[in-house]
Amino acid sequence: MSTLFGIPVPVILGQLTLGLVNGSFYALLSLGLAVIFGLMGVVNFAHGAFYTLGAFAALLGLQYLGINYWLALLLAPLAVGALGVLVERLLLRHLYGLDPLYGLLLTFGLALIVEGSLHQVFGASGQSYPVPESLAGTLDLRFMFLPLYRAWVILASVVTCFSTWFVIERTPLGATLRAATENAPLLQAFGVNVPLLVAATYGGGVALAALAGVLASPIVLVNSHMGTELVIVVFAVVVIGGMGSILGSIVSGLVLGLVEGFTKVIYPEASNIVVFVIMALVLILRPAGLFGRE
Amino acid sequence: MISSRRMLALLMAAVLSASAYLAHAAGEPVVIGDIDDMSGVYADVEGAGGVEAINMAVSDFGGTVLGRRISVLTADHQNKPDIGASKFREWADQQGLNLLLGGSNTGVNIAMAKVAAAKKVPFIVIGAGGASLTNEDCTAYSVHYVYDTTALANGTATAMINAGGKSWFYLTADYAFGTQLQNAAAKVVETHGGKSLGAVRVPLGAADFSSFLLQAQASGAQVLGLANAGTDFSNSLKAANEFGITRTMKPAALLAFLTDIHSLGLKTAQGLYLTTGWYWDLNDETRAFARRFFAKMNRQPTMDHAGAYSATLSWLKAVKAAGTTDADKVMAQLKKDKINDMFTHGGYVRADGAMIHDMYVMQVKTPQESKYAWDYYKLIRKMSGEEAFGPVTGLCALAPK
Repeated sequence: MSTLFGIPVPVILGQLTLGLVNGSFYALLSLGLAVIFGLMGVVNFAHGAFYTLGAFAALLGLQYLGINYWLALLLAPLAVGALGVLVERLLLRHLYGLDPLYGLLLTFGLALIVEGSLHQVFGASGQSYPVPESLAGTLDLRFMFLPLYRAWVILASVVTCFSTWFVIERTPLGATLRAATENAPLLQAFGVNVPLLVAATYGGGVALAALAGVLASPIVLVNSHMGTELVIVVFAVVVIGGMGSILGSIVSGLVLGLVEGFTKVIYPEASNIVVFVIMALVLILRPAGLFGRE
Repeated sequence: MISSRRMLALLMAAVLSASAYLAHAAGEPVVIGDIDDMSGVYADVEGAGGVEAINMAVSDFGGTVLGRRISVLTADHQNKPDIGASKFREWADQQGLNLLLGGSNTGVNIAMAKVAAAKKVPFIVIGAGGASLTNEDCTAYSVHYVYDTTALANGTATAMINAGGKSWFYLTADYAFGTQLQNAAAKVVETHGGKSLGAVRVPLGAADFSSFLLQAQASGAQVLGLANAGTDFSNSLKAANEFGITRTMKPAALLAFLTDIHSLGLKTAQGLYLTTGWYWDLNDETRAFARRFFAKMNRQPTMDHAGAYSATLSWLKAVKAAGTTDADKVMAQLKKDKINDMFTHGGYVRADGAMIHDMYVMQVKTPQESKYAWDYYKLIRKMSGEEAFGPVTGLCALAPK
């Protein structure tokens, strides 16, 4: 068996594949954060809570309404996105023009309320969401057996990320959105409903988090604190990619998943801090992030 | 002649001391504290249910002891040793704390044991597993009540070896509890002629376990020793199933609670060996307690819930027998009495603080075997307390070898 750094190549390939799965979640979540920050200047600390809500929406939809996985993949982000629009209209909107710290505090408070309420109702130990039948098998990659569901996660995430990137960077709608961030009053003078656009942006970013939550629900136990720790890593990913850079968040999400996977082979104890070490290095060497503009 | 002003002062002093005396006669309450993880990963294992169990014990005892009212304080340690220790110290200094029950998390309980020794307050550990609490970290005021890492390893590791699992690889939570559990299991494995092929130390609360599981699989070991707990345990077993690792390796749950099995569902957890200090469906006594608990909490009690109830009752009985809340006298009484209730029969507290009682090796039922809600375990073997907790090690100065 051939080796690399004294580790068998199949082992490395296996870990990298799994890293890509985790990276897919980082990419989806950091993309939503980057969209919200890039277009609205809001540091959305409630992102993890919306991810958790997405998973709970799928779980409760299945338990009480018999909504299957594929439908949940569509409906849960829509429902949570609508909630996001509500949050933007009722709360966030009043904070524009103030120090970004206010938005951060508001969303952080929201996250605590959501997580605390879910904990109160559903407890701490979590519930299982079954893997959909059609994705229940495993895939033989020669160097490892990859559960079909994980392969699906990579596919779904990459497709979603790049379509979001395409919409924002390459379509007239995206151009309007970007124009709203550059000069909102001018755009409004052209007859564009800017407040609606902003609300839709927040709703969209939040829906991405909820989508990640639905994708994660068959993999981990659905519980009230599933988003809490993840979101901290995702913030680091966004900082590394460059705050507000759409492409940066996608690429750095996937790459950091790979780096983390590699760390798990070499020195597992460090796997939960490697992202932060890289973040520190990036902040020292290139404070605007790898893809950010100075 | 006494001046009127002096007279007034004397009168006031008399009134004040009389009222202080009356307050004491009416009874300063006897104070029981419970410091546990109320909101984090271990909150369902004990948490609010533990508080309920303590209150049940207090009310079953009649609500008073030595003619004094019993009051219960609770706090959330948030899995932070400094919070647990400072809350304990505060209650000991300001609230007249007479007994502290320690909830989940070995790290926090080690910190609280130090306070128990300094403040001379009896301290009964319920939810934490680290056997160091009755070894290196033992104190004259500590009791370790429900289970410890030694007993878990003796139960589960022995059962796995008897079922043919000779070579082991461990997936270990990277903190005090995980390493203690892994070491205890490895010791059992080696004494029975088995081999430990390696271990991977996983950060607490990891989001993804699949990478670590592939490393375990690459080791070629027969047994996957899960030296973790709570959500970490559930998520790692779930991933092991998904990646087909359970087809080549047998998972051993070195610590699993009823709530974990409930979360995972029998389809995923079936066939798993585990060791527990108590199970709700053992006999009529346990079922009677479970019924009462279920009526309040809408779920079946874990071994920690039962332990919290039993420990509170045992301490109250010791206070009554000793006729005082004096820590040293109550501890002496507690170590003298046999414990007979729905938790155990013939249990006793050893000099090092370990409460020696029967432990149960269980196997998780298949979905077909499970006949009613929460019917999860079948009894494989009952271990005597002496077998489960092993002989005194000599590491605790109170109990020389």
